[in-house]
Amino acid sequence: MSDNGKITKVSIIVSKGSLEGIYPALIMANGARAEGMEANLFFTFFGLDAIHQKRIDHIKVATVGNPGMHIPTLIGGLPGMSGIATHMMSKKMDGLDIPPIHEFIEMIADTGCGMYACKASVDMFGMTKSDFVEQVQDIITVGDFYDLAAGGQIIFT
Amino acid sequence: MSTATIAGTAVELNDEGFFVDPTQWTRDIAIELAAADGIVSLTDQHWQVIDFMRKEYFEKGTGPTVRVLGKTSGVSVKDLYQLFPKGPAKMAARIAGIPKPKGCI
Repeated sequence: MSDNGKITKVSIIVSKGSLEGIYPALIMANGARAEGMEANLFFTFFGLDAIHQKRIDHIKVATVGNPGMHIPTLIGGLPGMSGIATHMMSKKMDGLDIPPIHEFIEMIADTGCGMYACKASVDMFGMTKSDFVEQVQDIITVGDFYDLAAGGQIIFT
Repeated sequence: MSTATIAGTAVELNDEGFFVDPTQWTRDIAIELAAADGIVSLTDQHWQVIDFMRKEYFEKGTGPTVRVLGKTSGVSVKDLYQLFPKGPAKMAARIAGIPKPKGCI
């Protein structure tokens, strides 16, 4: 924090791979940079899908186990439901000028936000740096993450 | 809200230093505000962004977001952050004499 009590740095952890799990973190990281704060994104567990070359364009809304969808779980589990919900939400977001995840990741990298993948998760899923989009700077350990986050706020999503 | 005298002109600013009445703005004011924010001299690219922001504001009633700036002002997002290091939308809006843009993106 700065002398005037304002937040000057944030490090945001993305641990979920659903559309509604990823967007809030991206919006917060982008917003932090727009306000002139330093920002880092750290992708772990299923959050890695948000930076995975083959998965980044196929992120879906969770329609099962998500009471916020306001549809019965059985219906949410029907084939194609997740795709329909994702399509509807993506359309809405496009109207609000919120970019698709892939474009958003590129834009946020351009703002100067750091992007890192969690080493433990990368090893667990058997991935390598070449699996990720080029905006990912490095695969780092939790210790490295705390070093990067030093002096700022940490947000877990 | 307070009244400040910038480049010899009295202007109304809100608590965050944004213009209340964008018509009070002049180019000399922009130069002085930029200098106070650490931009020694405004380049053509700075002016391109400032003019675009004012145009958008007067057309749409709110300043553009960084995404819109990057897509339509002719200056890329990367360059925007280099031109206005303290956050382009906010810093550029203050220098351009328009209220803080309302968008989240």
